[in-house]
Order: sequence, then C-alpha cells, then structure tokens
Amino acid sequence: MNGVAAPDCRRFLARSSFIELAARERARAILDVDTFRELVGPFDRCKSPWLPLQGIVAQADDGVVLARGTLDGRPALVAAIESAYQGGSIGEVSGAKIAGALELALKDCEHGRPVLPLLLLETGGVRLQEANLGLAAIAEIHAVIIALRRHVPVVGVVAGMVGCFGGMSMAAALCSRLIVTRQARLGMNGPEVIEQEAGVAELDSSDRALIWSLIGGEQRHAVGLADDLVEDDAAAIAAAVRDAFALGPPLVERSAQVDYLVKRLACIDPQRPPDAIALRRLWREGAVN
Amino acid sequence: MSTQQSPSERGRIWFEALTGGAGVVEHTPQSVRVADAVLGGEQTRYLAVVADTHNRFARARQGELGLDEACALAVHVRRTIGADRQRARRPIVAIVDVVSQAYGRYEELFGIHLACAAAADAYASARLAGHPVIALIVGKAMSGAFLAHGYQANRILALDSPEVMVHAMGKQAAARVTRRSVAELEGLGETITPMAYDIRSYARLGLLHKLIEGVNADAPGQTDVERVRVELLAAIADARAGTPELASRLASSAACQTRAASSEVRRRLAEQWDAA
Repeated sequence: MNGVAAPDCRRFLARSSFIELAARERARAILDVDTFRELVGPFDRCKSPWLPLQGIVAQADDGVVLARGTLDGRPALVAAIESAYQGGSIGEVSGAKIAGALELALKDCEHGRPVLPLLLLETGGVRLQEANLGLAAIAEIHAVIIALRRHVPVVGVVAGMVGCFGGMSMAAALCSRLIVTRQARLGMNGPEVIEQEAGVAELDSSDRALIWSLIGGEQRHAVGLADDLVEDDAAAIAAAVRDAFALGPPLVERSAQVDYLVKRLACIDPQRPPDAIALRRLWREGAVN
Repeated sequence: MSTQQSPSERGRIWFEALTGGAGVVEHTPQSVRVADAVLGGEQTRYLAVVADTHNRFARARQGELGLDEACALAVHVRRTIGADRQRARRPIVAIVDVVSQAYGRYEELFGIHLACAAAADAYASARLAGHPVIALIVGKAMSGAFLAHGYQANRILALDSPEVMVHAMGKQAAARVTRRSVAELEGLGETITPMAYDIRSYARLGLLHKLIEGVNADAPGQTDVERVRVELLAAIADARAGTPELASRLASSAACQTRAASSEVRRRLAEQWDAA
C-alpha cells in the first residue's frame, strides 16, 4: 500500500453508511454521543394487536424506535422507522408511537421547553393489514407536525433504500426541512401500485433508472421538493440535521406556499409534459422560481 | 388495470343540496366546487371534489384527487382563513366523495405528495385558527385523498349507506398488493375491524363523530337535507366547545375499545417522557 489515496477516495473510505444502519442505530448515530434514551422500547412490548390475528408475527417495538436525547446540547426527539419490519409500514401502534411522542414534544414546546423533532422516514405508508387504523394514525401524525412547526422546525430525513411513500410522503412534505440522499425515493404512490392501477405503459415499476429519475433524492432536491442532498454517510447526515435545526423555522413552510405551488402547476401542459430534466429547467431556471 | 365505472355523483349531489346553488366561488377547476352558503344563520364554506371527465390531467378524470384538485382545496381553505382573521371564524365543511388520489407517472414527478400535504396543511391550519372544520363523508373516503380532503377535520360525519366507505386502498388494489383475493379481503374485514371497508365497521373504530342514519344518500329529499344540516350544526357546535386538536378521536367509547393500543402507547409515552 503506498498510502497516497486521492482525497475523494479517502473520504469515501472514511464514510460510514447510514442506509445500512437499523432504525435504532440510526437514531443513536444522529443524537449527541451517549444521550440516546429509548421511549416505549421493545421491553414495553407494545405490539400490533392486529397482525397475530392474521398469522403474522408481531415485533416488540412495532417497527418504530423513539428516542430522546440532545442535538448540540438541545433536547431532541427522534422517531426512526425500521424498514426491515413490514416495509416500515405504519400500523396502529407504530403510528401511535410517532404521533404520541410528537404530541408530548408539542406540549413541552407550548410550555416553553422546546424539543427538536426529527423524523427518520423509511416507509411504504399505511400497513394494509391494519388499514384504517394506520390511515387514522397518519392523519394524527400530520396534525401534530403542523401544530409543532409553529414552535420549532420539524426535520425529516429520507435516506433509503425503502424510501417514503403513501400518507407518510405527505408527512415528509409537511416537514420544515427535508434531507435526502441519492438513494432515497419520495412519492405518494409506490411505482408498483401505479403500474397495477394505471398499467405498465403509464409506469414500468421494474425500470429502476426511470423510477429514480422521477422520484429519487437527487431529482427531488433539484426541483425543490427536498432541501438538502447529502451522501450516505452517518456523520454527514448528522451534520445536515444539526444545520437544518440551526436554520430555524422557514419564513413560510413549503406546504403552506400554495400560490407558489399553483404557479408551478400552471406552467405545466399535461398534453406535452416535461420530463424530469426539463422539469428542473422549468421550475428552477424558468419563470417559476 | 382498474375497471372503469362511471364516476360517483354523490359529491356533486350533496354539494348542490347543501348549498342550494348559493354563493358559488368561481375561478376553481371544474373538479373542485367551492361555495359560501348560510347554515344556521351563519356563512359556511363548503368544498367538494367532483369528477370532471375533461380534467387536464388524464389520471384525474374519475373523481380522483389530483394535483390541481389538492392545490385548489389548499387555496380556498387558506383564503377562508385569511378573510376571517379579524372576525368570527366561519365553519368549513368538506364534502367527501373521493375515490383515490390520482395514480400516475406525472403526478409523482410533479409532486402530488406535496399538493396533498398542502391541502391537509390548509385544513389543519384552519382548525388551529379556530374554524370549526367538519368532514361529511357522502361516498368514498379513500387513502391519500381522504388525508388531503377531510381527515384534518375537528369532527367527521358520515352517511350510513352501503356505498359510503373509508379505507387506505381500493379493494382491488389492496387485494393485489397483499396477494389476497377480493373475497379473502372482505372475509378478513368481517373479523378485523380496521380492514373493513364499510362505514358501519369504520364507526366501530371510534373516529366518527356521528353516523347519520336513514338518509337517502343518492337522491336526498328536503327532509334528508334538513337532517344533515341539523347534524352539521351539532358537529360545529361540538367542535367550537372542544379543543382544536384531534384528541376527541381517542375519547369515544368505541375508540376506548377498538383503539385501546393507541391510548396505551400514549399512556406509556407520558410516563417515560421525562427521565426518572
């Protein structure tokens, strides 16, 4: 070994993948060292009451890890979704964990004790085996994010590889700041569902390059649907999270900029829709900026 | 591919019945109807999403909630908030009959998730600003479309009718995604309440403020419309008397039973929130 690696190569070798971490380790990797304290952890055994009725083994944390700790010394709450369990889907318990923890953060904020809320989103959306209770929980998550944003920025991270879909993609859009990697995907309807509903001519869900070009992290960042594009590196993501909170709340939240949204849609002709690259030009460099 | 049925007319029927054609707000896409009409002596804003077979977006021609629809809802709810900032907050009624959000390649590319979030944000912001927000489900309340149009309401009302349903995904699609037959899915719904599609099962989850029985949902007569108006007024009064959060959805006796796990999680969280 000659010991002379190019700087990029050294940086690459020094990286520690965030994507490869499980939810618990992700939360730990972002919080200040030794401040991770889990809430309603596996030993509480708050499991899904609905999955065993369908012959599916229920995991003891229902696939959501909640942790309190600090970020640069400020009290924080992390809700991390475990994509390895049921595709990160939101059921009654996992949804109630996220909503309930954010509700307590809101209460603290209202009493003058700010808590920084961070969502690590890795989810296919509603868990269909718990359908309506997952959907109801997601509505409650939306409600509390919107209420919390009046006190503190709510920061979301979509790292990959599952991505963030369904009602939880709306939760991502409600975040004050959204951090993504190139591996992330963010969309309302998963590609498989679109192909099933609208046909393969509408979207070929097996065409990975196409999918990432439409809803991948780089494209979402390029058209302003995500704020920060970072490498898959735990330290880089932890730094981006701190920067996002340091910026404070945006002047107007993305999901409240409705006139801007209307303008962006108005310049699209559905008869001749722009492709992903043309959309970047249209929305970033065109009249609508 | 999904089978094409003719789009539901329920949203349009109830919008017209409740507003009586009064106070229609122009400058909306054909698929979003907005009006200010008097309810119990008070101006009330009504919003409905209806099918427009000529919608400029092809994937939103059957009553789906598409990009333009979600944005229009956000615009007209936010205008209501803006207009009432210095005066009594008028009630907002979302008439819900939405078959789904629009499924399409361009919908994703253009960020339908943000459009839907903008609508949900507007309704929630109206609720937090003191507007009584009521969802009246007269047909389908499906998935992301319901999250955007109705699920942020202070109180949810529904007509007791076989075509009224709430779910996370349409039956055919859900069957394909979970690799079950539609019959299997329906069977599961009979034992597993949250998986059912019908509104009576949904009522057992404790999320509804009231299930309105005995109303002709397809062709409402004058007494049907009056019945619904009375229930709307009661829900508005109840919302004004309560807090602006969604806590009431966990407080009903049905919720205490069916959503016991949701309350248990919150109880434990409160216990553990502050370090010992």
